[in-house]
Amino acid sequence: MKAAHFKYVLAQSLEHCLELLSEHGDEARLLAGGQSLLPSLALRLSAPALLIDINRVQEISAQPQVTSSVVRLPALTRHADLITSPVVQAYLPLLHRAAPWIAHPGIRNRGTIGGSLALGDPASELPACAVAAGATLILQSKSGGSRRVPARSFYQGMFRNTCGADEMIVAVEFARIDGKQTGFKEVARRRGDYAMVGLAGQARRSGQRLTDVGLSFFAVGDYPVLEAEICQAIEAADTAAQAVTLALDVYEREMQPSADLWCSSQAKKYIGRSVLEDVIHDLFQ
Amino acid sequence: MTYFNDLGPGTGLNIELQLNGQPVRAQVSVRQNLGDFLRESQGFKGTHIGCEHGVCGACTVRVDGRAVRSCLSLAVQADAAQVFTIEGLSDDPVVRVLQDSFVRCHAMQCGFCTAGMVLTAAELLQARPEPSRAEVREYLSGNYCRCTGYESIVNAVMDAAQTLRKALSD
Repeated sequence: MKAAHFKYVLAQSLEHCLELLSEHGDEARLLAGGQSLLPSLALRLSAPALLIDINRVQEISAQPQVTSSVVRLPALTRHADLITSPVVQAYLPLLHRAAPWIAHPGIRNRGTIGGSLALGDPASELPACAVAAGATLILQSKSGGSRRVPARSFYQGMFRNTCGADEMIVAVEFARIDGKQTGFKEVARRRGDYAMVGLAGQARRSGQRLTDVGLSFFAVGDYPVLEAEICQAIEAADTAAQAVTLALDVYEREMQPSADLWCSSQAKKYIGRSVLEDVIHDLFQ
Repeated sequence: MTYFNDLGPGTGLNIELQLNGQPVRAQVSVRQNLGDFLRESQGFKGTHIGCEHGVCGACTVRVDGRAVRSCLSLAVQADAAQVFTIEGLSDDPVVRVLQDSFVRCHAMQCGFCTAGMVLTAAELLQARPEPSRAEVREYLSGNYCRCTGYESIVNAVMDAAQTLRKALSD
């Protein structure tokens, strides 16, 4: 239960960090909150040659910044900050609602949004929230400078994404949501354990109907995807009850959850029905 | 460029921190976790190491005011930090009351999980002086008691909350 040998370096600034990444690329891992990386080192699931500690990098550890249209969360925003930040509470109700479901308090005190999005654990909450909300990731590297990648095209497979070996997530931007049309539901054996099934969603209200519906399941596949067909079904409905009928129709036809060690595909599909129904009711409230 | 590893003598990293209110300087191996450093190098054996991968919560300590798992933090990351183990918190008013309540409510059996339970519960009571039983259970969900004495532990936290509120209103 002890990590294999590695070299350690404390990044002093963003520039320093990008320099280190450009030099060491594949053999290095960034150490942010460490709440997934350090267990994987302890269990020797991974053994990188170099850890680059980014916890002192000022450029990625500011408070959330609000403009008239977006909220920008620096990569080192801790999960606990998503619960306590007044900005997140006011303008990013989905994140505020999802954050208490991330692991346990001691882990939320350290874990970071950049780390969680970069790892993209299929059972984790924040990647699904970012996909549901249509967030934009800001990546940076020494050679390529800064680029913006939609969360919906960032993930490419299980623990695979478009981030290059010399690149890092420096921030994530979410569109401000001034209404309260969010839905979030997670089923786990014990609060804080890995989800059996979870679903994040948000929408805008337009009269009777909902528009801009974004829904993304987690713990059902290799990585979070936008459930576009289900979203369209909900947008076509005038009432919550009708939306549930239309959405479940698509769900029954299309959804094929991947089993994990503890939960079969059939069980996940069964649980997912009620999760979807609850989230749709939340969105219509 | 300064890289550190622990493959040879004298290749550790020097850190300085405040530990239980006292300044500490030490040389640590970069792959040593904070919990092992606190126990083996500094002798604070009140921090119990259980699973070593973040699941059990027994190794919880307070770093810069927040409850964290000391097995999921490297000792080198404690440089310049303010760290408290259970040994340094007997004068903390919330911890003191929790310890009394744990004794009164028989909230420990083997005692292995107790320090982690107390430090996690202290963080909850500082933020929410009037928690429900469900909130206490939820907040402590990341701390295992393998004696399964959860009912008494929740009783103790509720008892401490009541004692603290009474002390405030007196």
